[in-house]
Amino acid sequence: MHLPVYVGLLDSSLRSLADAFRQVSDGHGEEPDVEYLCQVLARQVDEQLEALTPVVRRYGENREQEPERLRATGLESTRSGGVGLLRDLQDLYMLGSFVDMTWTVVGQAAQGLRDRELLQLVDACEQDTTRQLQWLQTRIKQAAPQALIAAK
Amino acid sequence: MTDRIADIWGQRTPHARGTSWPVRLDQHLEEGVAESDVQRWVQSACVLCSNGCACDIAVKDGRMVGVRGRTDDVVNHGRLGPKGLYGSWQWNGRDRLTRPLIRENGELVETDWDTAMDRIVQRSRQLLDEVGSSSHGFYTSGQLFLEEYYTLGVIGKAGLGTPHMDGNTRLCTATAAAALKESFGSDGQPGSYTDIDSCDALFLFGHNMAETQTVLWMRVLDRLHGPDRPRIVAVDPRRTKVADAAVESGGVHLAPLPGTNLALMNGLVNQLITQGWVDEEYVSAHTLGFEELARTVEAYTPEKVSEICRVSPDDLRRAAEIFGTSERVLSTVLQGFYQSHQATAASCQVNNLHLLRGLLGRPGCGVLQMNGQPTAQNTRECGADGDLPGFRNWQNQNHIDQLAELWNVDRLVIPHWAPPTHAMQIWRYVEQGSIDFLWISATNPAASMPELPRIRNILGREDLFVVVQDGFPTETTEFADVVLPAAMWGEKQGTFTNADRTVHLSEQAVEPPGAARSDLDIFLDYARRMDLRDRDGEPLVKWHDPESAFEAWKECTRGRLCDYTGLSYDKLRGGSGVPWPCNAENPDGSDRLYSDGVFPTAPEVCESYGHDLLTGGATPPTNYQAERPDGRAFLKTAEYTPAPDAPSDEYPYICTTGRTVYHFHTRTKTGRGRQLRKAAPEPWVELSPGDAEALGVDEGDLVRVESRRGAMEAPARIGRGRDGTVFLPFHYGYWDTGAPDRQPTAANELTQTEWDPVSKQPLFKVSAVRVTKLAPGQRCAPAPTTTASAPHDPATVPATRGDQGAETREDPGVADPPGQVPSPEHTPGVPQPVLPHAARRS
Ligand code: SF4
Repeated sequence: MHLPVYVGLLDSSLRSLADAFRQVSDGHGEEPDVEYLCQVLARQVDEQLEALTPVVRRYGENREQEPERLRATGLESTRSGGVGLLRDLQDLYMLGSFVDMTWTVVGQAAQGLRDRELLQLVDACEQDTTRQLQWLQTRIKQAAPQALIAAK
Repeated sequence: MTDRIADIWGQRTPHARGTSWPVRLDQHLEEGVAESDVQRWVQSACVLCSNGCACDIAVKDGRMVGVRGRTDDVVNHGRLGPKGLYGSWQWNGRDRLTRPLIRENGELVETDWDTAMDRIVQRSRQLLDEVGSSSHGFYTSGQLFLEEYYTLGVIGKAGLGTPHMDGNTRLCTATAAAALKESFGSDGQPGSYTDIDSCDALFLFGHNMAETQTVLWMRVLDRLHGPDRPRIVAVDPRRTKVADAAVESGGVHLAPLPGTNLALMNGLVNQLITQGWVDEEYVSAHTLGFEELARTVEAYTPEKVSEICRVSPDDLRRAAEIFGTSERVLSTVLQGFYQSHQATAASCQVNNLHLLRGLLGRPGCGVLQMNGQPTAQNTRECGADGDLPGFRNWQNQNHIDQLAELWNVDRLVIPHWAPPTHAMQIWRYVEQGSIDFLWISATNPAASMPELPRIRNILGREDLFVVVQDGFPTETTEFADVVLPAAMWGEKQGTFTNADRTVHLSEQAVEPPGAARSDLDIFLDYARRMDLRDRDGEPLVKWHDPESAFEAWKECTRGRLCDYTGLSYDKLRGGSGVPWPCNAENPDGSDRLYSDGVFPTAPEVCESYGHDLLTGGATPPTNYQAERPDGRAFLKTAEYTPAPDAPSDEYPYICTTGRTVYHFHTRTKTGRGRQLRKAAPEPWVELSPGDAEALGVDEGDLVRVESRRGAMEAPARIGRGRDGTVFLPFHYGYWDTGAPDRQPTAANELTQTEWDPVSKQPLFKVSAVRVTKLAPGQRCAPAPTTTASAPHDPATVPATRGDQGAETREDPGVADPPGQVPSPEHTPGVPQPVLPHAARRS
């Protein structure tokens, strides 16, 4: 069974996502909404990680067998300026999408295993991930025209 | 004769539930002017708060010399409050801007209109050529007239095509609009002021009505002094007159820690659900989202709420019980919610309380998501705040096409590729230099925006071109490249709409001073000089005066919720103001909306597809459509999160800012009315008795209040607030005292640049601060004793009163109350549901 590999992948990509939200928050203090909301969303991801702990315990988190190339890479550093903000938000979006799909994959397995507890968790967490992605998309759309047309 | 500085609300005219509010005619004339001296009375309505009290302006020898209330008007039944009586006309003629100014070698010098306007047009053209329309930003007001906003909106949206236009309404009323859109699909006040006359319980959420809308409070007081009086519940960290009334009426005063409103509201909704005070029939037929709402509020038990908000669990239960068991409940919401953390979510929960019990659209059952400024409703309707005119949805291609057709322009010109840029973001773009042309009209951001040190830096930016259009020199005109002298209230004609949708006509009473022009004329002149054209090469703006602008606006509203097509200047002359929607089928206007519980949520009419209330992420149109709202309202909320800038060891107090009854905005008018100025001459810092003792501060001591961003200094009033919170009045800038580097007195020196994710309204009410004593005081603080700033120990401070010139005539019962405006069974502009009844019960 390879579910433990994917549970491990979920766990590590959530950690990357939480870190990335915090990095973007720290790197864009001059955009107060980004700074604050990224903190809020990082905490939301922390809570997901916490909720995932019993699952990890149950299925075992097969870190050893988790091939390195499966991992989602986190953010290296943040950029500056209007276009930099756009790019950083886009990185967050990509990471979030990866997490989103990972939840879906784990959810499919949970269905096959009739694991109600895991199904419930996937359900609740996927909703939050969707909210994160929607916010990112909204903020990117808002920032794009000015950054690309008028920014100096 | 009454001194209405000392006796703010005047004499009582009590009445019973469900009967009409009696008339009382209030009249105040300049000292030495007798009624027989008045040559003309000119119809208008007061523009010193959102209440919109109808009045007549007294004119003598070409000068405004007083006012009286209009007894036949549905809003005020003849009454006026202190600002209306003493502040609406007394500024007249004093210290005005009378000639255009341009900056030459760093100095502002007088010039003529041609030179000033040409300079604007030249810079405007150059930037449009070099960068495009995104280089232009417009920051307007909540104090102009409808015709002016609509003209500005059309110039920005159909002429230049810039998405960067907003009003200072972002600071005062954006959350009202946002909460209405999220719950009901569109802006538009559900309730009416008449609901006060027949409610059994009145909930005021962050709304110090006794000070902010004094005439509305008179209406409440007349119920409280009559038989079968309503119970009041006040949510406010300060012990306001409203809070006193709550206790006296057998209701509750809840004083949550600033920044925790949403936790409190989630707790109230939790109680409604767990105690079974829910109208299941109404909820299933008229709402969507009950399950998710119930899930989100589940954790907010009275005990948990008590921990977060520091209110007693029993008080919370009592408040919920009053809401859950009273037959008719009216709620009002204002800045305590709007300018605080998680503003939209908390305000939506007020809508939810009413939806859960089906208390909407009937006499005494309503929601009033209030406005701050007098004409804020029009900023929102007309497209001057970024939203598209007529409550149109920027994501709905049909709505864009309607506007393109109406204006006869290419649809691609109309900015709808991204959400309209809200004020806070406009300022950020100015800061970053991507907006280089900023036109500020009828507002004073250098005193009213949060974090003033930052705003001054932005306005001082080297290559920024700033146009300021105002009636007075202000803190902001100092930064202008061009200053345009504007005519003000009483000096120009136009209409405006108050917080309960009532439209009034304000006639010109006197000539503007010097070369001052109406804001409408200035905008029209700009459009002409810019040679803005439609698709056929005709002038884009086809109107030339207020009445023709109003007629053009009517066409823009046809078939929409804010339908003005049944109104005209003639109809608004004489008699009462009329609440929209007003069209051929509803010629007398509409008192209340949504009587049948059908809301404008159908995708083809809604103003917005909604947002996630935690993050502000927009709901994708396809998701919205898939929900099939079909006229049902949305029950939305979010989880509580701690506010940014939480108190710490270094900054242990939470500071909130607000108004006093005697002033409006940055006092440019009220500060020039003698009675008002005397009543509240200078700023103060309000401390609780407990905090004052711990700090070793006595009444009148000079203290410094400091946040991470800035500081202000003023004498301390030992007031009646809750421990841990500090209150500052936000009215006091520097136009009459000197520069901020001498003694900083503006509350906004220390407020934060942070906003609600949905409404984008800044968080004025939660700043972590520290307080230090600077010097012992010589006398007590200059804070009024008549209101929420009353001293903890009344014996120590002389009472606030007017001088003999404050005398006001009050004539109760001189006329019959005005007739009742009908409420349509089905709301105009709202599609009938299409799903069969059974399918609507999800
Ligand atoms: S309540 Fe508002 S509108 Fe009415 S008189 Fe007072 S300030 Fe003017």
